Amino acid sequence: MSDAAPAGAAGRAIVVGHGGFAEGLISAVAQISGMGDRLIGLSNTGMTPADIESAIRSHLTAAGARVIFTDLPSGSATIAARRVMRGAPGVVLVSGVNLATLLDFVFTSCPTPTEAARAAADRGRASLIVVEPT
Amino acid sequence: MPIQLHRIDDRLVHGQVVVGWGQPLDIRFLILVDDAVASSDWEKDLYRMAVPPEMEIHFFDVATAIREHARFAADPRPGILLTGDIDSMQRLVTGVTAIGSVNLGGIHHRAGRSQFRRYVYLTPDEEAALHRLEASGIEVTAQDVPAARAVPLSEMLAEKETR
Repeated sequence: MSDAAPAGAAGRAIVVGHGGFAEGLISAVAQISGMGDRLIGLSNTGMTPADIESAIRSHLTAAGARVIFTDLPSGSATIAARRVMRGAPGVVLVSGVNLATLLDFVFTSCPTPTEAARAAADRGRASLIVVEPT
Repeated sequence: MPIQLHRIDDRLVHGQVVVGWGQPLDIRFLILVDDAVASSDWEKDLYRMAVPPEMEIHFFDVATAIREHARFAADPRPGILLTGDIDSMQRLVTGVTAIGSVNLGGIHHRAGRSQFRRYVYLTPDEEAALHRLEASGIEVTAQDVPAARAVPLSEMLAEKETR
């Protein structure tokens, strides 16, 4: 698998997480940007590790996606994504995804999935702020 | 402080373990007991990267875990021991008499298994194995996260029968 995007910018991405996490984030992306169709959501609820891995693999293939976003670095989705990456060169993983990350990704002009993923992760990291009491 | 939890969980290291149990119990080390993982550097690296820096992780096959258990049980820091299946835990408790309870944390659906909890599915052979575990004096309960009630094995199996 090459690092070239299938169509436009960085192509589509899979979002995987606990419970309704992915669905909720994608709904928010759609509401804000109208570009929720750039993301495919997947919940790990009730799935074995092998099921999660298989579902990520089939979603990647079906969507032609090269980027996987997961919710928690220690989560089963991240472990499964790393297993998928072992046999899929060119696929990039971003763990700890938040709304700002996904919004950056769907609007990206980066030419490759890897560059788009890096830029999106930077934007997501920068979006975390603490407003302390005055 | 004894090992806080001896848990059967087919996801091994994941969010419920590291965060759900790890934070409230201030878990400082994980003992992952799995013959396949213990024999693969790639698998060990995979799980090592999933563990936060304040938490240690140790990998053993079942035979080595039996020999090493007392050392970790004497560790003053809180820890969790994980197996990915009932058979590994059964073999472990056969060799370690100090284990008094086993937590069913995640045994998910696959062909041939029936549902007992949202996170516990068992084949008839697995049910029988858990009965044997309990009959040997081990307390077996199902509990995915600390905020949930620990459901005794007999109660869990009886509820399935009334479905």
